[in-house]
Amino acid sequence: MATYDVIFLGGGPAGYVGAIRCAQLGLSTAVVEREGLGGTCVLWGCIPAKALLESAALAQRIRHAADFGVTTGEVTTDYGVAMKRSRAVSQQNSKGVEFLFKKHKITYIKGTGTLAGGKKVSVATAAGATETHDARKGVVVSTGSRVRGLPQVGLEIDKRTVISSDEALVLEKAPSSMAIVGAGAVGCEFADVFNAFGTSVTLIEVLPTILPLEDAEVAAELTRSFKKRKIDVLTGARIQSAKVKKNGVTLGLTAGNEKKELQVDVVLVAAGRAPNVEGIGLEKAGVQLTERGFIKVDERLQTSAPGIYAIGDVAGPPMLAHKGSREGVVLAEHLAGQSHVHPVNYGNIPNATYCHPEVASIGLTEQQCKEKKLEYKVGKFPFSANGRARTAGETEGFVKIIRDTKYGEILGAHIIGPHATELIHELAVARENEFTVEEVDLAIHAHPTLAEAVAEATLDSLGRVLHI
Amino acid sequence: MAIKVVMEALSPTMEEGRLVKWHKQEGDEVAKGDVLAEVETDKAIMELVARGSGVLRKQLLPEGGTTAVGTPVAVIAARDENIDALLSDVQGAAAPPSQVVAETREEAGANAIPETPPQSQGEASTPPQQKTPSRAAAPPSGAPPRSPEPSRGAPQAPSPAERGGGNGGGRLRSSPLARRLASEQGLDLARVSGSGPGGRIVKRDIQAALESGVAAAPARRAPAAPAAGGPEFEDIPLTQIRKTIARRLAESIGPIPTFYLTAEFDVERMAEMRAAMVELGDEYRVSVNDILLKAVATALARHPEVNAHWLGDRIRQHHRVHVGMAVAIPQGLITPVIFDADRKGLLEISAEARALAARARERKLTPEEYTGATFSVSNLGMLQIEQFTAIINPPEVGILAVGAMEPTPIVAADGSVAVRRRLRVTMSCDHRAVDGATGARFLQTLRRMIENPLLLVS
Repeated sequence: MATYDVIFLGGGPAGYVGAIRCAQLGLSTAVVEREGLGGTCVLWGCIPAKALLESAALAQRIRHAADFGVTTGEVTTDYGVAMKRSRAVSQQNSKGVEFLFKKHKITYIKGTGTLAGGKKVSVATAAGATETHDARKGVVVSTGSRVRGLPQVGLEIDKRTVISSDEALVLEKAPSSMAIVGAGAVGCEFADVFNAFGTSVTLIEVLPTILPLEDAEVAAELTRSFKKRKIDVLTGARIQSAKVKKNGVTLGLTAGNEKKELQVDVVLVAAGRAPNVEGIGLEKAGVQLTERGFIKVDERLQTSAPGIYAIGDVAGPPMLAHKGSREGVVLAEHLAGQSHVHPVNYGNIPNATYCHPEVASIGLTEQQCKEKKLEYKVGKFPFSANGRARTAGETEGFVKIIRDTKYGEILGAHIIGPHATELIHELAVARENEFTVEEVDLAIHAHPTLAEAVAEATLDSLGRVLHI
Repeated sequence: MAIKVVMEALSPTMEEGRLVKWHKQEGDEVAKGDVLAEVETDKAIMELVARGSGVLRKQLLPEGGTTAVGTPVAVIAARDENIDALLSDVQGAAAPPSQVVAETREEAGANAIPETPPQSQGEASTPPQQKTPSRAAAPPSGAPPRSPEPSRGAPQAPSPAERGGGNGGGRLRSSPLARRLASEQGLDLARVSGSGPGGRIVKRDIQAALESGVAAAPARRAPAAPAAGGPEFEDIPLTQIRKTIARRLAESIGPIPTFYLTAEFDVERMAEMRAAMVELGDEYRVSVNDILLKAVATALARHPEVNAHWLGDRIRQHHRVHVGMAVAIPQGLITPVIFDADRKGLLEISAEARALAARARERKLTPEEYTGATFSVSNLGMLQIEQFTAIINPPEVGILAVGAMEPTPIVAADGSVAVRRRLRVTMSCDHRAVDGATGARFLQTLRRMIENPLLLVS
């Protein structure tokens, strides 16, 4: 039995970042983690997936090497090798978090934690023992989320022919055909990866567009690009039946009035994630859930049970690593009794999808601006008119800025194209500081850069675009 | 590089400060952020913090000494640095504050209490040899120092006089969007308090200022307005009869014509609820006073005519409920405020009340923590006072005096006698704004809350 100021249940990006901030503020901190530090992000999500996407991008690029005057032999790919590299990168990152814990003197308790009344936590340790620990200031539930299947259409994850992203990340070789169910960020990223590794990919989305949370124009541009690369995109498609066999799956689909049968080796279910709220004693502790099954928290991230807090995926969407990390920081500052804690600005969290072309956004989509009946103007600039994009031979996509008509407030920004996920942060900073489109334009952008497309899009929203 | 430490404006109304105690002595190493001294302002004892690092070379004000805001009180410099020039400079330039000071005041001035202490002080110090020419070039004392170039898009800069104190210079921190909104709406930024990092004025501050007419409450203590975003109060113009009542009654009894309403509540159920909560564990331990504060706040939300300020030519009914709670301190009395008390849960009120009382006794309250109440509660029950009358804290129009919880024999309707715990409250009402029946109806609502405490969770 040991006493800490704060105990985190779960060492993912919410919990481990929160723990580091707690330690920085002088609080004694412990993190209970059953798998490995870094959580889904480092072990089964962001990091390994991006490593595979890097392999995919490299393969695509080398296929065009001859255009750049670089001669290669025939390009072959090996998913197994890419997978092993991806696992190694993931392990390195996890070790990195362990190092950070040592540096900040954070106690890493290996095991499965449950709430044990008041601010106590009971841990079934990896070694098989049970220990109880006590928190002075608070227990933080940061248990994250997990993949889920679609049993309602007969797609229970069996880890052989019906898999989730978890299994996709450790396949030894790319299957010859694959249906990906769900075209959110995860679905689109794996479509990109397996397409590059020679799999015949069908991307299935029940909603009318892929990346349904993104701006419709961006989704349409990505659909065009995917189709050009021979990814079969089926939107507005409903799965009516699924026959799961040992060596493949037959899906019966309706899309509009059309009926379709699809025969694939593997189905990858990428239709959302479920919060990890089971088996941690939430009910007994009096922690209430929302209607959608997440832990209910107030603006200080406190649950309905005094002294118990929740952050990250388990505390509600958006289920993004960077949202969880910021919640961890904000909560740490509250727990340390800081008086001027800036609350999490949920209206200014960037979204990033790392398929090719990349997609990134912040703020409102044009559809949302319409729904809110805002008066707005749109500025757009295509990468095909950007010098740097042309030199790289990556001219797909555009920057789209939506500004308030009267005051020039940046209501939303949407980028599809090369390095979109990096470029978006100029607009994240601008919005956080309430810069208007004019300040973004006034800041001189170096030439030639991709960032010039951002400045030009803001100019276009003012009717002053220079290069088209 | 030598740094002058000046008496800072640590509260919005502070004009001078008394140095209570030096925490650093001459020769002590000082790091940026260290507490140099304790300073007594008009109501609280605040900390004067170092804005730069070095060695405290000279204390210019003895303990117990009083000096005006802006006057140098110490010098921080490197251990071997020659500070003679700086010393003769500060001692020579007695009253007219230097530009350094001006910036501090500007940022800490009238409406804009920065969230973090102003940073400008340390930066502005220059080595003595450079100081002389720049001072020579400065405008004659009394004239405001030259302002740095205003940022693009800033509304026509408010004149220094409007910003209070005729000591302009420095810049008002604000976002470009806030500046555009303000200039389009004709709002003077200097009258808006900022809630962004370092007191920066951002969009929500402009919106709040526009909603309230003027930027009134310091942003730090005022939580964001309810999502619906209605105005925070409504001004009711005085009718003739109201004016006559006000004048006649004031003539009769003094500036605030007060009357008193006493009621006795049955608190048996409330006491049971409290005992049941205590059994749930220490986290649920609340005091009788906490429950009363919660009940008063809930009742006030339903009786805006009592949740009001008398402003002479109008009555301001507040839409937000900020309850002041009188706390006895060795030096007298102070009334810290629980903001938006009607929207806070019992445990939250309890925790806040406890923290405020503790800080009040340590004299650590900041001015924004004890101003802005819309109604007050004074409780002497813990001192076994059965009943008393409290004096209204203007411009509030009412205060509730709470006595002790006492077992009392009660005759029931059937003539039987039972002993019940009872509690007496007396409400002092400003008759200019509140009539007898109005106050009585408020007490009726309060009675319902207190006698049926489960209503407090509804």
